[in-house]
Amino acid sequence: MTATRVSYDEAMQDFDPVFGIEVHVELNTKTKMFCGCANEFGAEPNTQVCPVCLGLPGSMPVTNEKAVESAIRLGLALGCSIRESSRFARKNYFYPDLAKDYQISQYDEPTCYEGSLEVVLDDGTVVEVGIERAHMEEDAGKNTHVGGSGGIQGASHSLVDYNRGGVPLVEIVTKPITGMGARTAEVARAYVATIRDIVRGLGISDGRMDQGSVRADVNLSLRPKAPAGEDQDAVPFGKRSETKNVNSLRAIEKAIHFEAGRQAALLSAGQPVVQETRHWHEDTEETTPGRSKEEAEDYRYFPEPDLLPVEPSREWVEELRATIPEHPAKMRARLKDEWGFSDLEMRDVVAADAVPLLVATVGAGASPQSARKWWMGELARTANEQGVALDSLAVTPVDVAELQGLVDSGRLNDKLARQALAGVLAGEGSPTAVVEARGLEIVSDDSALEKAVDDALAAQPDVLAKIQDGKVQAAGAIVGAVMKATRGQADAGRVREIILRRAGVEG
Amino acid sequence: MTAVEPSTDWTRKTAAEMAAALNAGEVTSVELTQAHLDRIAAVDGPVHAFLHLDPEGALETARKVDEDRAAGVELPVLAGVPVAVKDVLVTEGLPTTAGSRILEGWVPPYDSTVSAKLKASRMPILGKTNMDEFAMGSSTEHSGYGPTHNPWDLERIPGGSGGGSAAALAAFEAPLAIGSDTGGSIRQPASVTGTVGVKPTYGGVSRYGAIALASSLDQLGPCGRTVLDTAMLHEVMGGHDPKDATSLDEPVPACVEAAMQGATKDLTGVRVGVIKELSGEGYQPGVEQRFEESLERLKAMGAEIVEVSCPSFEYALAAYYLILPSEASSNLAKFDSVRFGMRVEKDTVEKTMLATRAEGFGDEVKRRIILGTYALSAGYYDAYYGSAQKVRTLIQRDFAAAFEKADVLVSPTTPTTPFKLGERIDDPLAMYLNDVATIPANLAGIPGMSLPSGVAPEDGLPAGFQILAPAHEDARLYRVGAALEASLTEEWGGALTAQAPTLPINTAEVAK
Ligand SMILES: [Zn+2]
Repeated sequence: MTATRVSYDEAMQDFDPVFGIEVHVELNTKTKMFCGCANEFGAEPNTQVCPVCLGLPGSMPVTNEKAVESAIRLGLALGCSIRESSRFARKNYFYPDLAKDYQISQYDEPTCYEGSLEVVLDDGTVVEVGIERAHMEEDAGKNTHVGGSGGIQGASHSLVDYNRGGVPLVEIVTKPITGMGARTAEVARAYVATIRDIVRGLGISDGRMDQGSVRADVNLSLRPKAPAGEDQDAVPFGKRSETKNVNSLRAIEKAIHFEAGRQAALLSAGQPVVQETRHWHEDTEETTPGRSKEEAEDYRYFPEPDLLPVEPSREWVEELRATIPEHPAKMRARLKDEWGFSDLEMRDVVAADAVPLLVATVGAGASPQSARKWWMGELARTANEQGVALDSLAVTPVDVAELQGLVDSGRLNDKLARQALAGVLAGEGSPTAVVEARGLEIVSDDSALEKAVDDALAAQPDVLAKIQDGKVQAAGAIVGAVMKATRGQADAGRVREIILRRAGVEG
Repeated sequence: MTAVEPSTDWTRKTAAEMAAALNAGEVTSVELTQAHLDRIAAVDGPVHAFLHLDPEGALETARKVDEDRAAGVELPVLAGVPVAVKDVLVTEGLPTTAGSRILEGWVPPYDSTVSAKLKASRMPILGKTNMDEFAMGSSTEHSGYGPTHNPWDLERIPGGSGGGSAAALAAFEAPLAIGSDTGGSIRQPASVTGTVGVKPTYGGVSRYGAIALASSLDQLGPCGRTVLDTAMLHEVMGGHDPKDATSLDEPVPACVEAAMQGATKDLTGVRVGVIKELSGEGYQPGVEQRFEESLERLKAMGAEIVEVSCPSFEYALAAYYLILPSEASSNLAKFDSVRFGMRVEKDTVEKTMLATRAEGFGDEVKRRIILGTYALSAGYYDAYYGSAQKVRTLIQRDFAAAFEKADVLVSPTTPTTPFKLGERIDDPLAMYLNDVATIPANLAGIPGMSLPSGVAPEDGLPAGFQILAPAHEDARLYRVGAALEASLTEEWGGALTAQAPTLPINTAEVAK
């Protein structure tokens, strides 16, 4: 009896992993890839459909130009070449969620090809991942199996929702990635994270893996380690498995751990690895076999005759190239330097997805540290309490910068600023509007403060005596009284000065 | 039964005459529409041109046109003139089957662009005409609902796939009809029924809502009894459509103007190229004789006759029967019982799909799906689909070279007059050979017309004359076609269809 699985580390001692990743990115265009239906997540089943995305007889697709633009921008961000003339192809297979029983995709002429992407690991190591292609295609609908365990086996019947049918996707395919050894799982995770950051930075997808906007299929094979001194690349690739729909960064690492361990155990026992599709199970953190490649379908690709080739002009491509943001890892390194953040500070900001918010807040005039303080402090707490993402809060980077401006100019102290922020979050308007409406401004009019001080001293003659006796710290009681009388809107330092002057004591 | 057909019958008029009479107040659209519905009731039993009739809808449209005309509202030129629509076209609220049992009872929730244009042109739609299943055939014998019979001889084929539309015209059941032409399905039926049919330039008419056979070859087009009528319908149907990505973004050709110019019978300076390869072996003598006589007429009107050679046509049929089944195998995949049409319920979805397709599709459809699936398979794609596409390029080059020498190209539309029903049903290759002259135009995307050249002396059945023009030059078809038609009808004393034998009248239906 041989072990069915060895640990990842053991697997890495004996074998050299080769892997590849296919990432599907759902584009956030207003309409679907080939029809005018809304491209929105979460609507009632079969309410965002039309003759085209239902595949009714006679209907015809028309390419969404905005989706082409998004695909080209993504291709450019991945360092791809953009084909002067590329075309759509039909991928033919029968499945109830595929309305036409073919998927419009791209085959031998993808729009974006031959790119490369730098992936930065946590310790700063930079890995170059080769991109084979990035092509456009339409998504299928969604099957729900009713009865039984929820799988297709044992179900009494299935329901199909075609709302997702025809949603635009870009599929990014890497070249085989070799030489990563034990860092394979880490590289895979970082690669997908980088893709996610890029599509968000481009604004072409919400990049939400939990909603399926970014989905990954992971291919992995193992080959024996070359004997010392010999060329590892001379050893042929092993048979690979393709694990489908690995939909979180953590799961990508876990799936590679599992598959490496499973394949290593088989190979060590002299058993073959079957080339097959496998399914990832989030609950057990295991993969199970799907269909094997021997019974794999022949998709009978041929050029889609209902659509014209995609022929972006060179000028347009160059215009789009000018809109490509900096590589996310490079941008982070640059911002960390510019902002003077510590490693820890920067890591927290990145982990909270707050980089774009900080960029915008600093852009609106706040200092980097004050921007970080608001977003990672008060606002992070509020978001956490409300259970929403930071960027879903009812406050804009401009609001935050304005608020900080009020503090910096001495019009608000920290306590008042928090009250003003609460007003902004409650929808009462901009910080300035809230300050005015709520009357939150610091009282800096000396005559008003002098009167409040005189009142407080008159009410507590014993305290005045103590101060005059040299017990200057007793002034704190008067400051407290004045702050109370002015509802916190006084500058405590100024109040203290007035008390000492009134008492005839020089601070 | 009686053989009397009233000479004052409105159904014998041309669409142009009907439009003029409507404008002049000599007839109402309701009268016209009712006359055609009556004619259909009287003769369609044995002809079987229609799969579905819509008397209420047609009369309702007619009534509104009459009201608007009476109120002085400005109307489109063919408003009130009835039309028949090939069942390949999706019509909202009207059953649409494409001649297949698999779509029996399906009522589309949307309109094809062309049916929407017919409605916008205020033309009463009489009903849907019979066709070979999914337009696969040259005889309508592959219809899932029984064949259509040729009004010239009820034992003969009316051509296909658009035999229903052509027979409806020849039987005076409709003055105009819509057809679709993938390899000759408008022109070959026109040829064997003595009517006129045009396949426009690929992209000239929107395909949106036309149930696809082979997307890169399919083109909708007009059918009529005269060249002018056909031109009028062409202008209604044509034009850019944002819903069809392959639709041409250019103005509709001036077909009517060209037809009027042609009717003056002056073809001075027009170079007419005779395609050498489309004659000789396999061509019926009477068909060739009428073709030669027509050439003489063109010459007499000032045309210059030249001979051109298109050597790659030899491979056209083979290429066509790879491209068409390949695309069709994919286009017909959607008929899977999940969303519409027939469903043969089994215990799994896979078995349900299989059983539905096994029962719903006819033999010819299955034959072509199998051929196409095979041709697109991994390892065969280059040899079959890939090579066929290369042939397509060669044929386009042949045409380009020929159009250097000639303004239009001509040939007999079909090698023979209509054959008997059942004669070729078990011999697919003989059936396919019928389209040898019409297929090259589809492979090249150029426009073509068929119009009658007379009846063959040996059998008294119609022969067709085909005219081809370069892409975008559809107007040339109408000029040359109208000239030939004017010359011929002068001799015949009217349209060729007037010479068709009278049809048996179902008096029981007429009395109703
Ligand atoms: Zn849609």
